[in-house]
Amino acid sequence: MMEIKVKDKSIVTPGELIAANVEFSGADEEYRIKMNNGIYKKGSNVYASVVGIFKENGLKVIQLSGSYIPRQGDYIIGKVIDMSFSNWFVDIRGPYEAGLRISEASTKYLDTDKYDMSHYFDFGEYIFAKITDITDSKKISLSCKESGLGKLEGGIITRIDPSKFPRLLGINDSMIDMIEKLSNTKIEAGHNGLVWIKGPAEGVKKAKEAVKLINKESHLTGLTEKVEKLLQGGKK
Amino acid sequence: MSYKKTGRFDKRKADELRPIEMEVGVLPNCTGSARVKAGKTTAIAGVYGPKEVRPKHLQLNDKLLIRCYYDLISFSVTDRARPGPSRRSRELGLVIKNALEKSIFVEDYPKSMLEVFVEITEADAGSRCAAITAASLAVADAGIQMRDFVPAVAAGKIDDLICLDLTKEEEDVHDGGGATDIPVAYIPSIDEVTLLQLDGKISSKELIEAIKLGIKGCKKIHEMMGKTFKENYKIKAVKE
Repeated sequence: MMEIKVKDKSIVTPGELIAANVEFSGADEEYRIKMNNGIYKKGSNVYASVVGIFKENGLKVIQLSGSYIPRQGDYIIGKVIDMSFSNWFVDIRGPYEAGLRISEASTKYLDTDKYDMSHYFDFGEYIFAKITDITDSKKISLSCKESGLGKLEGGIITRIDPSKFPRLLGINDSMIDMIEKLSNTKIEAGHNGLVWIKGPAEGVKKAKEAVKLINKESHLTGLTEKVEKLLQGGKK
Repeated sequence: MSYKKTGRFDKRKADELRPIEMEVGVLPNCTGSARVKAGKTTAIAGVYGPKEVRPKHLQLNDKLLIRCYYDLISFSVTDRARPGPSRRSRELGLVIKNALEKSIFVEDYPKSMLEVFVEITEADAGSRCAAITAASLAVADAGIQMRDFVPAVAAGKIDDLICLDLTKEEEDVHDGGGATDIPVAYIPSIDEVTLLQLDGKISSKELIEAIKLGIKGCKKIHEMMGKTFKENYKIKAVKE
């Protein structure tokens, strides 16, 4: 019978015993249940492997800090840092560089005979892309073949801790939609913690402040109201 | 003179630690950082990564590369320490790395690198132990997947008294059997000692006693390390 040793939604630290007498199928001596869950198993005990908030539902630890670790299916904002004959190399603020092939760069046909590679994406430009594949040797492939993906023109880039990204999105994108609506801007946020904001100067400033607030107070309750208050405060 | 009878210079009990202060998130530019102050020894650790490996030839294809740098700042000791890397700082960098590596799930981060910088701003013996404790807190603050914290403390012997967490004054004792310094780093959840050094003379029976005392001290520090993180987030919550 599984015994949970810590309270739901409490803060746990690495090595803290979370549950005893846990039964898993295919149990090894030290079996990592899922990389993303912030827990590990030893014997029949489950311990936390990161600093985070314990969620009893699903037996996982939600990380409170940390840098970005790329995963397949993530949407990221990256900076073009290099290009070759048919590839762009993109800095995604993670431990590995990502590659964007020219065939994946757009739904349209990109003619490199007519234009140079830099005509489409130039050095230092930011792109919004999806991670389609990560090989075992950590080669990351990007794709912009979806609506809404591609070059981010104009606007500003701000940062948020990657571990706080889910809070910025909110449930069903509710938080980001609210910020967009109240500040009259357009926002794209990447899993890697870069946030792109475009719109009138006043709105951009406010949206940036809102993102900053979320970054600071992501582990607290009542965040939505606070952000709403901050955004509406300027209007009165 | 018997230290068993007279006791220690600062009136501590044999198994008593120096007062320890810990803090995390002290350096805003790092991925993770921490400060540990044990008595008059202060270590500040900063962690960067996981990031791309530079220089490329050091890259490990199956696991995380950990590079540790230990630095004794020139004003940290009474005689000015010569600034810059030294034989001692390279050794301690390696010692810190070996102590930490066992606690980290290195296989989760292939082809990447984690850089740990530890600066000692005040040294009063036990700087390598404070460095390991601070580095471990900083790694946890950086959100790296790890088995447990790595607390470290020095056990030792002053003349005939086996005790914990020696100060510089105690380390410099020369009368009787002299002083022996045994730094111990211990990971509680996997029950493993990852650092064990010895400087001085000690009998095998006393050594075992000293190591056991060191492990006991590590467990106490381990408790404090967990509390540091919990309070860190609690304080942030209360401030609103």
